[in-house]
Amino acid sequence: MSALGALIRRDIRIAFRVGGGALIGVMFFLTVVVLMPFAIGPDLALLARLGPAILWLGALLASLLTLDRLFLADHDDGSLDLITMSRSPLELSCAAKALAHWLAAGLPLIIATPVLGLLLNLDVSATAAVALTLLAGTPALTFTGMIGAALAVTLHRGGLLLAVLVLPLSIPVLIFGVAASEAAITGPLSFGGPFSILCALSLFGLVIGPFAAAASLRHGLD
Amino acid sequence: MRLSGREVGCVRGGREVFSGLNFDATSGEALAVVGPNGSGKTSLLRLIAGLLMPSRGSIVLEGGEAELTLAEQSHYLGHRDALKPALSVSENLNFWRDFLGGEKSDPAESLAIVELDHAAHLPAAFLSAGQRRRLSIARLLTVRRPVWLLDEPTNALDTSGQKLFATLMGDHLARGGLIIAATHMPLGVTAHTLRVGDVS
Repeated sequence: MSALGALIRRDIRIAFRVGGGALIGVMFFLTVVVLMPFAIGPDLALLARLGPAILWLGALLASLLTLDRLFLADHDDGSLDLITMSRSPLELSCAAKALAHWLAAGLPLIIATPVLGLLLNLDVSATAAVALTLLAGTPALTFTGMIGAALAVTLHRGGLLLAVLVLPLSIPVLIFGVAASEAAITGPLSFGGPFSILCALSLFGLVIGPFAAAASLRHGLD
Repeated sequence: MRLSGREVGCVRGGREVFSGLNFDATSGEALAVVGPNGSGKTSLLRLIAGLLMPSRGSIVLEGGEAELTLAEQSHYLGHRDALKPALSVSENLNFWRDFLGGEKSDPAESLAIVELDHAAHLPAAFLSAGQRRRLSIARLLTVRRPVWLLDEPTNALDTSGQKLFATLMGDHLARGGLIIAATHMPLGVTAHTLRVGDVS
């Protein structure tokens, strides 16, 4: 376990150093959400209605933005060779890397959500609902996106392939994330239904992602 | 401990790199893999490290720790240094010590041996090619592995660095270690020679 802890600590540390990816996602999220009210215009009711969808879309794109670097950097500098050869199973190492990516790039998005909710005329309970659905849903984005990141490394194709592979997998997360947020704000559906599915998607990704990514990395060794 | 390959063949990108390769190395022995560029020296090391699959034949380690695979008992020192430029020298080394596991020694001591102790707090981005190589060598010293797979290990090292590394390889062999090195230069330790890709 100490090996995986070391991997998580290292990735988080790199993400927050100069040139790391942690703040790029938050800045992107900030930009999208700050610009949106200017584009839509000063219609407060409309903003409040679109708010959850805008926050979710911003968070989804922001978390995909840095995902292609998940394995690429380690592949390019040879670390991935040593990680593959090490005594920790590759599946667990992949899971540790995804967890570190989520902590460094996903969690800051959720922390930024309350501030951005103000810009979209969302009240406290609505913002809390969106933040909660993001907390439940973004792990699914990271862990399914990891499969695309691993394939991008092994197929030697960069960002475009990742987007094509990962976007279909992230659509259900987006649908149920926004549905759960809107159910909490306006009803009439119950919050529990879509939120449970969102949690299920995350758990599904948590189980499938590491195995698929490790299989892809093993298969594509060169 | 004995590492042996029988009738090993390797195919990369649909092209046969080599085939029918036989080799043996026992504890305390070094094997120098020589051959022209593109003859498959690196491929052979990556086969042994488990990073490539042989197209034919087998590579086995006898007398090692039974519960560990060959890759898990090996150090691989490749062309790429596996260093993160954003992390400091000691952070890089401490990470590999914690992650690779097994029998460890003090990273500070290894840094002193490779003469990098003065740069321990410097980000790895500022190291020269030779210093990066020395830091990679410090990884071999910090975590104990019986099998060293070295790909052009003395690349970028200065004369004193090459002498130092020869001494370190000698120590490793004396402790019962085993070295397979792809090289164009004399290794500096007594070694058997394995020729790959000789087109006759």
